[in-house]
Amino acid sequence: MIYFACIVVLVAMAATLSRCIYARTTYDRILAGNVFGTETVILVALLAHLHAEYYLLDVAMVYALINFVSTIAYMRFFKHKSLG
Amino acid sequence: MEILMSKMFDVGLLTLLMVAALAAVLTRNLLTSTIILSVYSLLMASMYLVLGAPDVAMTEAAVGAGISTFLLLAVLLLTGIEEKPSPHPILPLFVIGITAAGLIYATLGMPAFGDANSPASQHVSPYFITESMNDIGIPNVVTSILASYRGFDTLGEVFVVFTAGISVLMLLGGKKEKQPK
Repeated sequence: MIYFACIVVLVAMAATLSRCIYARTTYDRILAGNVFGTETVILVALLAHLHAEYYLLDVAMVYALINFVSTIAYMRFFKHKSLG
Repeated sequence: MEILMSKMFDVGLLTLLMVAALAAVLTRNLLTSTIILSVYSLLMASMYLVLGAPDVAMTEAAVGAGISTFLLLAVLLLTGIEEKPSPHPILPLFVIGITAAGLIYATLGMPAFGDANSPASQHVSPYFITESMNDIGIPNVVTSILASYRGFDTLGEVFVVFTAGISVLMLLGGKKEKQPK
């Protein structure tokens, strides 16, 4: 059952990746990248449940933080044209 | 059924990795390349998790999706977003072709994936698998090797992650602009 959920998330990842490649505007692309990070968090949580290794949930939290920070980097890149 | 689904999952993940790598190379817009590279890094980190190496996955995500994105964006600020077509398209193709042929030739000499009789599985791996729980007391073998047997290597890795943390601080708590626009 959890394997099935993993494969569903994988299909969603494929759809998001195609959106990231063929997006019309750059903002769609950044949004797709952000959604991809969220799907990775879900995938890691599912893998943690699958292998009954619940310390992987900490890894999922780190991914969520990194995802947030990289999105802020893109936003700053566009708004301020600098990263400092 | 579960084995089939697990195989499907692995093949799907690797296919996505290949698609992301090709897309990052083929696109002309460097910002798109940067975003797809961070997606690639998240996929690679998931692959490390599937292979049972959570520490490596965490480092891959912090360095690949975190600090590499930051550094590539800083480079894009200096160079501009659009990639210019190369004046000599044959030479890079030649170099890459030779490198790829060499790498593929090198894989012919490698033992089969998961081969129990390969040199890497014969030398110290049995000791780590049987004794690491007694020596260190960490259930995950990869974690006990990274955190204890090869602690100095991990210290160097910590420096890398520390640098990533500094860049995060620069992003979130940067200096205020003197003249508000």
